Amino acid sequence: MNDSAPIFQVNNLSLYYETFRALRDINMAINRYSVTALIGPSGCGKSTLLRCFNRMNDLIPGARIEGEILFEESNLYADAVDATEIRSRIGMVFQRPNPFPKSIYDNVAFGLKINGYQGDMDEAVERSLRQAALWEEVKDRLRDSALALSGGQQQRLCIARAIAVEPEVILMDEPASALDPIATLAIEDLVRQLKERYTIVIVTHNMQQAARVSDETAFLMVGDDRAGYLVEQDDTSKIFTNPENERTEAYITGRFS
Amino acid sequence: MAARTNVNFNPALSRRKTIGAIFYFVFLCAVMVGIIGLIVLLTQIITTGWSWLDWNFITSYPSRHPEQAGIKSAMMGTIWAIGLTAVFTVPIGVGAAIYLEEYAPRNWFTGLIEINISNLAGVPSIVYGLLGWALFVQLMSLGRVVLAGAMTLSLLVLPIVILASREAIRAVPNEYRLGAFALGADQWQVIKGTVLPSAIPGILTGTILALSRAIGEAAPVIAISALVYITFVPSSPLDQFTVMPIQIFNWISRPQEEFQNLAAAGIMVLLIILLSMNAVAVLLRNKFQTRSEE
Repeated sequence: MNDSAPIFQVNNLSLYYETFRALRDINMAINRYSVTALIGPSGCGKSTLLRCFNRMNDLIPGARIEGEILFEESNLYADAVDATEIRSRIGMVFQRPNPFPKSIYDNVAFGLKINGYQGDMDEAVERSLRQAALWEEVKDRLRDSALALSGGQQQRLCIARAIAVEPEVILMDEPASALDPIATLAIEDLVRQLKERYTIVIVTHNMQQAARVSDETAFLMVGDDRAGYLVEQDDTSKIFTNPENERTEAYITGRFS
Repeated sequence: MAARTNVNFNPALSRRKTIGAIFYFVFLCAVMVGIIGLIVLLTQIITTGWSWLDWNFITSYPSRHPEQAGIKSAMMGTIWAIGLTAVFTVPIGVGAAIYLEEYAPRNWFTGLIEINISNLAGVPSIVYGLLGWALFVQLMSLGRVVLAGAMTLSLLVLPIVILASREAIRAVPNEYRLGAFALGADQWQVIKGTVLPSAIPGILTGTILALSRAIGEAAPVIAISALVYITFVPSSPLDQFTVMPIQIFNWISRPQEEFQNLAAAGIMVLLIILLSMNAVAVLLRNKFQTRSEE
């Protein structure tokens, strides 16, 4: 597989909820082993776009897409593609930490079990928790309920849970927006480490966060038809210092939100 | 703190406190109606039946002689009928609830089914008795047996079990489902791995409460088993039977005072079984909640 080719290629993607168009003609590419941030004002469809990448929108009745997303150069929405299989290759971390009401161990093991993992379960759980920088804090209480952890720990557990099934991509939907500043920094550190092994797409409201963690940034806006569209996508340093589009500049300098 | 300068405020604190106290008293009275009613009922039953409730009463069959009469056949009949009812209603009721909550598309047909189930929960129990008599006793030629009674009681409590299970399933946060889907779980893995473990305490509670209702029902079982004088214990689902409410009703309707005492003793046994079932419901709920949420 060609490592320099983008892992995702989005071509003329539009998304509809029934007759309402939520995304309009998105064209973008996501590079391998990098962090791509999706930023933009509320309602611009950045979370909706994120959910297109692992077909979570399939779960919403009435949602459908036009255009295409190529994942590893093949159409993600082709009839032969099984959304269940896709989601084990493209993991997701949600806005609010959502550990299952099970033990810490069982949270991480859940994805392994449903995907028929044949190897050493204990070893895989430990490896995932280590990668999520949570192992040292929980190694003595793996059988305790995950709901007893703090919010930041829960979110790192959700990242460990996503990592455990060895995805190629991790999608993060404002993963730190429900956390305090210290926990937020821990998540950001983790994101920077994880891009060694995974491709990461992260939605964020927080522009400093996008600047701190991402290699590329895509800026979306909402049009007069209430559909989200891509204004521009470029290296994060370029977007934050010298954007092509004046609307991008207006947004990142805080002239509208 | 700056004093409020706007003179349009009229706090009327003492009037508000009086109104608050009145409502407190009204609500307290509302609670007392139930509690006092229960105390009067229990006192009445215990004073009438206490001296008649002994081991002999539980291990004897009904008799024309009150001092020899017991509740054994009715009690065993009730246990048979409720046990079989549980076997029928749990898989069917929970299965229907899972289908309606997790699989069914949101359309007019699903809506129609939902309205019908809600309506069925309110149908008088004697109607189920007549249905069971026509369907199971006559059409399927089962006869007046435990199996027919249990299937009739199942029809009666199924809507309640389905409604309670749906409530429990609907209370499971959607975040759990999304989290499991995002790991590559398919629909059944999501249900088995996240929905059911969280919903089981509620499903159990609802099911046991529904079965408690079935235990106290006399009307539908009268329609199935007209027999009230049974001096044997059913040994298979195809044996004839009677249940405790029918036996109690039979005793109450006799003129002699001794039979009134027997009825009170029978009610005590029935209450003990009911309270035990409710206790089991609470225990199971606590057990599963500790396992899944602590």
